[in-house]
Amino acid sequence: MSDHAIEQHDNQEHHDDHDSPENIQKEIRKYLGVFLALVAGTILTVWVRLGPLHLPEGQAILVALIIAFVKGSLVAGFFMHLLNEKKLIYSVLILTVFFFAVLMYLPVTEVLGKFGYH
Amino acid sequence: MSAEAHGHMEIPFTVHARPDTGLYNGKLGVWLFLASEVMLFGALFSSLILIRTGSTTPWPEGWKELHVYPAMINTFVLIASSVFVIMAWANLRLRKPKVARMWIAATLLCGFAFMGIKGYEYSLSFAHHHFPKTNNFFAIYFTMTGLHGLHVLGGMVVFAYFLTKGWSMHEHEYQRFTNRIEIVGLYWHFVDLVWIFLFPTLYLL
Repeated sequence: MSDHAIEQHDNQEHHDDHDSPENIQKEIRKYLGVFLALVAGTILTVWVRLGPLHLPEGQAILVALIIAFVKGSLVAGFFMHLLNEKKLIYSVLILTVFFFAVLMYLPVTEVLGKFGYH
Repeated sequence: MSAEAHGHMEIPFTVHARPDTGLYNGKLGVWLFLASEVMLFGALFSSLILIRTGSTTPWPEGWKELHVYPAMINTFVLIASSVFVIMAWANLRLRKPKVARMWIAATLLCGFAFMGIKGYEYSLSFAHHHFPKTNNFFAIYFTMTGLHGLHVLGGMVVFAYFLTKGWSMHEHEYQRFTNRIEIVGLYWHFVDLVWIFLFPTLYLL
């Protein structure tokens, strides 16, 4: 099917403003910005651990996890469109976060115990 | 003549959103699948923390035992592939299927690059006589990166399908094909997301 035929076919379908070429181009620029931020975040993570800072283990873990969390949020928010999703997806994710928290409860209390926070 | 009379049933809501969920079925399905994947990898991260904190011997430092720079390059490769798959989806929405196909191919190439680098990394570990049986650190390292690698492989199979046999769908069901790329993209971003946490946890701490 030629691009022209696709265009004709798609003219019959409903497209809202979200799918306008201008909006999509704007989205693409956003994705490239996120890509650069993720690359910078990766370099920063390696530099913090292997660079001249020589952070103690606890601080190194904290910094690495904060950077990973920020990078993960960028991927989930922009690439997976979680910043603008339907309510049902959020409901599924809230349930997932709850069960994930249950899963992490035991190891986190173990870590806190090790550092004397019991 | 109805689809049922032809002996097959039309799968509902593959293109347009269901009125009650506001989503087409495939998208909700993939999010439910990803929720189960969070629990799968979550269980492994949970195990890693417990084994590490409960270790009676000093826990090996990943950056000394593993090969950080090949893994860092792999991080860049996966991040780039995430952008490539979203470019494929964006170009399908812009009605440029030929350009979209190029981005799908680029994503698949990134998958091959990731697996190649991972294989090289494994070969370096084996050369140093580091195997899953060596200690708990290597056991969990090979388990988590191996499982993640299988997920990359699964995504590559799907991309290869869309580039070859599955490509013809865009000729007669354009929007449904676009939705399929969105769905595989969500899965691929999740695989990227898992690596974003695996990389510092295993290699740098």
